[in-house]
Amino acid sequence: MLTTLFRIIKNGFLSFWRNGWLSMATLSIIILALLVFEGIIIFNILTKTALTALQDKIDISIYFKTNTPEDEILKTKKSLETLAEVKNIEYIPRDKALEIFKERHKNDSAISQSLEELQDNPLLASLNIKAHNPKEYVIISGHLDEASFKGWFEKVTYAQNAVVIERLGRIIDTAQKGGLILIIFIALIAVLVTFNTIRLAIYSNREEIGIMRLVGASNSFIRGPYVVEGIIYGTIAGIISIAIAGPVIYFASPYIKIFIPEINLWSYFASHLFTFLGYQLLFGIGLGIISSSIAISKYLRI
Amino acid sequence: MIIFQNVSKFYNNNSHQTTALEDASFTINSKEFVSLVGKSGAGKSTIVKLLIAEEKPTNGRVIFGSYDVNKIKQHELPQLRRRIGVIFQDFRLLPNKTSFENVAFALEAAGRLQSDIEEFVPQALEMVGLKDKMFNFPKELSGGEKQRVAIARAMINHPDMIIADEPTGNLDPINAWEIIKLLIKINELGTTVLLATHNKEIINYLERRVINLENGRITRDEEKGKYILV
Repeated sequence: MLTTLFRIIKNGFLSFWRNGWLSMATLSIIILALLVFEGIIIFNILTKTALTALQDKIDISIYFKTNTPEDEILKTKKSLETLAEVKNIEYIPRDKALEIFKERHKNDSAISQSLEELQDNPLLASLNIKAHNPKEYVIISGHLDEASFKGWFEKVTYAQNAVVIERLGRIIDTAQKGGLILIIFIALIAVLVTFNTIRLAIYSNREEIGIMRLVGASNSFIRGPYVVEGIIYGTIAGIISIAIAGPVIYFASPYIKIFIPEINLWSYFASHLFTFLGYQLLFGIGLGIISSSIAISKYLRI
Repeated sequence: MIIFQNVSKFYNNNSHQTTALEDASFTINSKEFVSLVGKSGAGKSTIVKLLIAEEKPTNGRVIFGSYDVNKIKQHELPQLRRRIGVIFQDFRLLPNKTSFENVAFALEAAGRLQSDIEEFVPQALEMVGLKDKMFNFPKELSGGEKQRVAIARAMINHPDMIIADEPTGNLDPINAWEIIKLLIKINELGTTVLLATHNKEIINYLERRVINLENGRITRDEEKGKYILV
């Protein structure tokens, strides 16, 4: 059993090595397919980060009248927290609002001066509400409209930004759906190209397969080395595609940061190197094994 | 022992039926040397393909030792084929393996020990006179040499029978005789040999049993036969 396994592995390596050009051609196609696969993963990460960043910028703020007791504000907060759509609510009291305002405008002497001249704090206390999904702001807004404590509200920002929020929500939604379709489509192409390349490589070996059968080799003894070759293709292609992608990401990273400041692609790639390699190996080896097994079964029927 | 019992093989292509073999019955005893003679398309290769279960008969039974070849199961095929060594006109060597590896492959496939391989493969290659070309690839060998590697491979598992399908077809007369002499030697050592050929000189020289085929039918079956074609 162990001897047979050893022979299968040895024959796989020998065949890979001695088929030189054919192996190189197959390998280069799989490397390309894996690069596409890697591109898909990165594209996915980028769109996710960009969309999350965008989503984080959307919120509803309720500004309370200056004479609202803190109790009422906290009651409102509690009531809103019971809604399933609400992700989190931040309470900003008037003092804190002033602090933030001062901090933001500390370099603007005109504003600082005018604030000092005003004896009173002109800013309002507010509740900053974030939803799980941009589409849910309508529901939250509806809830606010019907609330009993509505009388304390000075203004609600949703009313002002409703159109923008809705449009952003639609953009995010479409981008997610479109991205998924694109990913599936490109991944399918990569899979088909790899599968057909391996199939062609085995097709060119069909006579040898016939000879092996006539000499009395069992199906598993014939199939084994081709599966081993598939594993070799997957492993080498996985490593090479990472080695190619690394420098490309390194140089592209600063440019991507201009569009999506929230992500440093290079440091993300570097810290997830082994995850990337794992995915690539899994995809490459899996595809290699499956393609070889399917392609060879056609020639094992005689 | 090999028994062909009323064996027929028809091929259907586009509603047109071609007869490859019709109602063939014969028996080959162990250690016999039998020649199958006939023109191209007479049915020689069909008999070879039926014996190694590359094809199934349309009617009749093919029996090889304890195997009923018609009813053989997929997983039994390799065992049957290890008991029959086959030599083809086009050699059918594995192009990416050396002479040594080609012969060793038959032993590896049979699950033999590495020590057996290292002992028996050089012996077999020596027997066919190719010990010094052990590590050459088929493309570095002449036609005669390739056929001798194929014979060494066919012999290595000590099969009950050697089937040679036009083994001299691609060879010059000198190499052809070398191959025939090897087959005679193999037969003398106790292996049944079935030789399919249309080489008149060889048949007449052998003076062994000859089965004559014409258009898929057996027309003569003679001990010490001669090559006679109508």
